[in-house]
Amino acid sequence: MRRFLNAREAILALILIVGVAAIGIYQPVFVEWENISDLLTETSVLFMMALAQMTVILTRGIDLSVAANLALSGFIAALVSQYYPDVPLVLMILAGMATGLLLGLINGTLIAFLGIPPIVVTLGTLAVYRGMIIILAGGDQVNASEMSDSFQAFPKIVLLGLTTPVWIAIVVSLLFYVFLNFTRAGRNLYAVGGNPVAARYCGISQGKQELLAYAISGTVAGLCGYLWVSRYGVAYSEIANGYELTVIAACVIGGVSIGGGIGSVAGTLLGALFLGIVMTALPVLQISPFWQMAISGTVILAAVIINARAERRPDKLILPEARRLGRDTRQLRAARA
Amino acid sequence: MNLVDPKIAAETLQDRYAVRDSAPWHWRDVVLRWEVILVVLLAATIIVNTIVSPYFLDVFNLADATFNFSEKAIIALGMALLILVREIDLSVAAIVALASMAIGYAAEAGFGPGALFAVGIGVGLLCGVFNGFLVTWFRLPSIVVTIGTMSLFRGLTQVILGDQAKTKYPQEYLDLGQSYFIKMTETGMPGIVVPPVPLSFLIFLVLAVLFGIVLHKTATGRRLFATGSNPVAARFSGVPVDRLRLCLFILSGVLSGLAAALLTARLGSMRSNIAVGWELDIVTMVILGGVSISGGVGSILGVFLAVLVLGLVTFGMSLNNIPGQVVSVYIGALLILVIAIPRLIDKLRVR
Repeated sequence: MRRFLNAREAILALILIVGVAAIGIYQPVFVEWENISDLLTETSVLFMMALAQMTVILTRGIDLSVAANLALSGFIAALVSQYYPDVPLVLMILAGMATGLLLGLINGTLIAFLGIPPIVVTLGTLAVYRGMIIILAGGDQVNASEMSDSFQAFPKIVLLGLTTPVWIAIVVSLLFYVFLNFTRAGRNLYAVGGNPVAARYCGISQGKQELLAYAISGTVAGLCGYLWVSRYGVAYSEIANGYELTVIAACVIGGVSIGGGIGSVAGTLLGALFLGIVMTALPVLQISPFWQMAISGTVILAAVIINARAERRPDKLILPEARRLGRDTRQLRAARA
Repeated sequence: MNLVDPKIAAETLQDRYAVRDSAPWHWRDVVLRWEVILVVLLAATIIVNTIVSPYFLDVFNLADATFNFSEKAIIALGMALLILVREIDLSVAAIVALASMAIGYAAEAGFGPGALFAVGIGVGLLCGVFNGFLVTWFRLPSIVVTIGTMSLFRGLTQVILGDQAKTKYPQEYLDLGQSYFIKMTETGMPGIVVPPVPLSFLIFLVLAVLFGIVLHKTATGRRLFATGSNPVAARFSGVPVDRLRLCLFILSGVLSGLAAALLTARLGSMRSNIAVGWELDIVTMVILGGVSISGGVGSILGVFLAVLVLGLVTFGMSLNNIPGQVVSVYIGALLILVIAIPRLIDKLRVR
């Protein structure tokens, strides 16, 4: 199974490389380092948001409020920078992350302790969080001129050819990789999503895992809120409207199963990269940007069909020994017959 | 004179292992029904709005208020059945856009009102078939499929239409969407008048009654409940689960196409961003209506009441100049509170 999953990610990576190479032959500008760096910067938020969403989907949940959370957290960070321009930048970012964490915990509490379905909770909080921006600001927005200089300069710093958002995305991805693969809490997320009953028998609390997943999702949305607002230099209620569906699409393309328990960091990153490439390649190929949605829709459908074919296996065995045993038994039976 | 309380005597006489036809009657079952909560909520909405604004209880204002939610409400009926059988259709708003665009082109080609409605419904039907086919044939989760087709349908609209708008429609078609279908008339009796009713609201009322009868009084309705409660058991009992699912997706598409025809006639123009974000409003209507997202529970009466509550809350707030996004805060909070409070009470009682 594991080898198979890796192979699927390898196929996705291969498609991406071939696609980029093909575009590069047609338009050499596309594969210049400057463009690739831009592409990564542009996609950095999507990388992190998709990983956070994957964490939630692993537990059989879904977080539709991430984009609203991003907008509200980014707005809070911008407000801090507007009214306390002398505060160190770290505190501004932490303000955004803390807001995100709080909003995520609200989701998590409603889902884990009241047992309300995730889609219902996050549908409700999606409207509430986004509307809070209007209530807080009275319909106003925070413009670039009102944000402090360090606040805006940070995402434009270039280190070793890559901008800070890309470096942050790399660090966050590594953290997710270690967390999901090598920590008990991370493995428990897979367990809860893969088989909640079995997880319960193993002494894993589903509620705690769900709370953890939504808290992570919220915190990452908060961080991304700061990055989004500081990069585009404006904070208002319409930021990232509908972005939650792009994030979920990245997960689906990356092979995360909406039924929970299946998904990898590498796959999700590739899924996000795919959407990032589609978005940046269109202008380079001089295709109307109106094609973007239709293309991502087609890709989502193709990905989900391919993934479903892979998932629908008669026996979902974890141990290779068990599969060998099954094969031997079948051969034995065939020989007897 | 009876020495033994007759109630206790009756209970001791009964076989301990007898299976009753239905649960014993209890006032709590009636009062705490979802529909009753919604009626109270509706009454509260009307009372508060009447106190706050003198313009609320006006026949013409209320009739105009229905314009703003009837199209969504029509789609919500189909969505209710889908959610009842554990599916969801997030592509409805995108179907509205695609169907509306087709209507725009058909109108430019000189079709009449009847043909324009047929075009809208036809496009919706095709989209519904596509969704239903993907879900039932490939056995895919509908939430993912319809996120995909949502992008695809709206993407197609954007590709074909670009930044253009369609604004040429025949006058008779526009009249259907913009005027009252039933004009206000005096009945002769003092104080009793036939209220003005827009076409979209009338269609919604008729469809709601129809859906209510089908869901609650026919075998098909029972099959839907069975499928929603336990699809595997339903399949083993001979319910054609996949065929029902396919039909519901087609129905959802058809209703979206119909809503597109009504919306386009009302607005008199369309762009590729028409009806953006409707899917979430519609799902909110259905969930507030008491349809369980895990399937098998729900009623058309509940959805009908939820549509009225949401419509009148929105209308009342807009009468008081509260901006749309603030209204959505209240609606989001309402959704969570209405669902959270009964669960919270349950939790406390168990402790």
